[in-house]
Amino acid sequence: MTAGRYGRFGGQFVPETLMPAVAELERAFDEARADEAFTAELDRILREWVGRPTPLTDAPRLAAAVGLRRVTLKREDLAHTGAHKINNAVGQALLARRMGKHRVIAETGAGQHGVATAAACALLGLECVVYMGTLDMRRQEPNVFRMRLLGAEVRAVEAGSRTLKDAVNEAIRDWVTNVRTSYYLLGSAIGPHPYPAIVRELQSVIGREARAQHLERAGRLPDVVVACVGGGSNAIGMFAAFLGDDAVRLRGVEAGGEGIAGGRHAASIVGGREGVLHGARTLVLQDGAGQIRETHSISAGLDYPGVGPEHAFLSASGRAEYVSREDAEALEGFRLLARTEGIIPALEPAHAIADLAHVRGRHGADSEVLVCLSGRGDKDLDTAIARLAP
Amino acid sequence: MTVAVRGADRIARAFARAREERRLAVLVYLTVGFPDRDAFPALARAALDGGADVVELGVPFSDPLADGATVQRASEVALRAGVTVDDCIREGAALVVERDVPVLLMGYTNPFLRHGYQRLADDLARAAVAGVIIPDMPAEESAELDAALAPRDLARIDLFAPTTPDDRLARLVPRARGFVYCVSLTGVTGARARLGEDAPALVARVRRHTALPVAVGFGIGGPDQVRTLRGVADGVVVGSAALDAISRAAPSERAGALRSFVASLREAAAP
Repeated sequence: MTAGRYGRFGGQFVPETLMPAVAELERAFDEARADEAFTAELDRILREWVGRPTPLTDAPRLAAAVGLRRVTLKREDLAHTGAHKINNAVGQALLARRMGKHRVIAETGAGQHGVATAAACALLGLECVVYMGTLDMRRQEPNVFRMRLLGAEVRAVEAGSRTLKDAVNEAIRDWVTNVRTSYYLLGSAIGPHPYPAIVRELQSVIGREARAQHLERAGRLPDVVVACVGGGSNAIGMFAAFLGDDAVRLRGVEAGGEGIAGGRHAASIVGGREGVLHGARTLVLQDGAGQIRETHSISAGLDYPGVGPEHAFLSASGRAEYVSREDAEALEGFRLLARTEGIIPALEPAHAIADLAHVRGRHGADSEVLVCLSGRGDKDLDTAIARLAP
Repeated sequence: MTVAVRGADRIARAFARAREERRLAVLVYLTVGFPDRDAFPALARAALDGGADVVELGVPFSDPLADGATVQRASEVALRAGVTVDDCIREGAALVVERDVPVLLMGYTNPFLRHGYQRLADDLARAAVAGVIIPDMPAEESAELDAALAPRDLARIDLFAPTTPDDRLARLVPRARGFVYCVSLTGVTGARARLGEDAPALVARVRRHTALPVAVGFGIGGPDQVRTLRGVADGVVVGSAALDAISRAAPSERAGALRSFVASLREAAAP
């Protein structure tokens, strides 16, 4: 495959103004990853500040509850700022500094990427502007406060559905305007090349660690690897290490919202069609006229009408399977993990937890299943309180 | 090419006439269906009555990431009215038949992709629309669409920006058809008080690679900026400022207001 293409997916559908910028970014990233000083500094920060490696936790009571032989959890919820997003944020912030760009722009949905970017910028002394839809600002209020506390400017986006999609639009408009001085720190494996490749590379630490940990712990690879998929950054970071292991099934869980049939969901692979959104050709939730549809998910982090182009490709090629779990199922997964293992997950990976009973149906009770627990649930307590009886 | 190219011919003719009159060609962008479906046809004609040489029909999209607030709002209004690519082609066909003017469609990749590139080419050719401008489709991503457009002699107008380096201009500008569209600034569309400082240098860099007419757009707020482009470019594109002129007027005054605004651009376009 040529750079930036995943089969017929991917590409660089951006305004001409940005074409030199994406080329510059690709060059800079290639140089940085070949530079031992850069990778050593990234490794040091991941170790000393992010808290890597994150543990792999056996979840025997969860496994018993869903009827699987073994379930292990990759604990990205224990990474600094509470989710996997920090792996990418700190790597790209280092890259921004290396490129001499001292103003960083980011979009955020759940606020986890915004918080991670704000923290990374504080660490490295970079100016940080985060775009966030006003609906998301309301449902993830503590993260708005965290970003501001970390020194970021949070800009409210009133356009469209006032969620992640609209925050991305606004961040790209800022980038087009300030392209000479600003670095766009995209938070998921979406967007124009080279972003899907950069985010995958920076998140692939999840899968590398988890694969080695699982081999050491269990003496074998897992049978199935499960991760939630919005844009798909934690999933691609997890899957990347296992792509060469043909016997390992890869399973992405999208947000089924209130059900695929009714249209109120955010499952771009399960319920979308090929299209172009935010710089990439991928699977997109759209109407018959090619207008991007409003999405719905109980989890702000999955509430996005597109998906990373590599996931679209992995789905088309059959290397990975993609399913969706609805809001109510995710809430059940949220409660199940809390009660069986003493871990409150974010609502995003709660979709992956909720899928485990279905993994049993599809792959058998004898399966050893590795789940990416991409973030912790503190940010979702208000949503859960409103929806769950204690 | 021995076969007459009607749409592209109209573009060439419009720029040639402007050049004979020693003035800039005036290209006016209007979002189809704004401020409402019923009012739109009269507005497109008012722009022509005011002196527009070329009409760009804006195809509304839900996520117009190269556009500022004015076109975003106009697109939202048009989408609420259910405006589709088909509607835009229909408006274009009517304008061409009635006024014999060059018409281009300007919109984002996804609605065109969903419409189908081959079907788009067939429909545009039938409507005698000259071609398309797609701000989120750089030359690197255009092969599939170009393959559908080229046999119909339809133009896909590339945009070039102040950030476009010379080696890229050298590679892409010679492939241009119709005219070359230069973006006056690094930023999104929307009327600005002053012309971007980068525009004259960009136009000069582009001219080294083409004899085609060069038009400048993005950020052109009114007659003052048009005047500063005389002697620099061959044409000027005005979109957001035209939509603003419509929005500012009372409903019954809209066509008159747009006609006057375009006439003021046209006056500023001549020495």
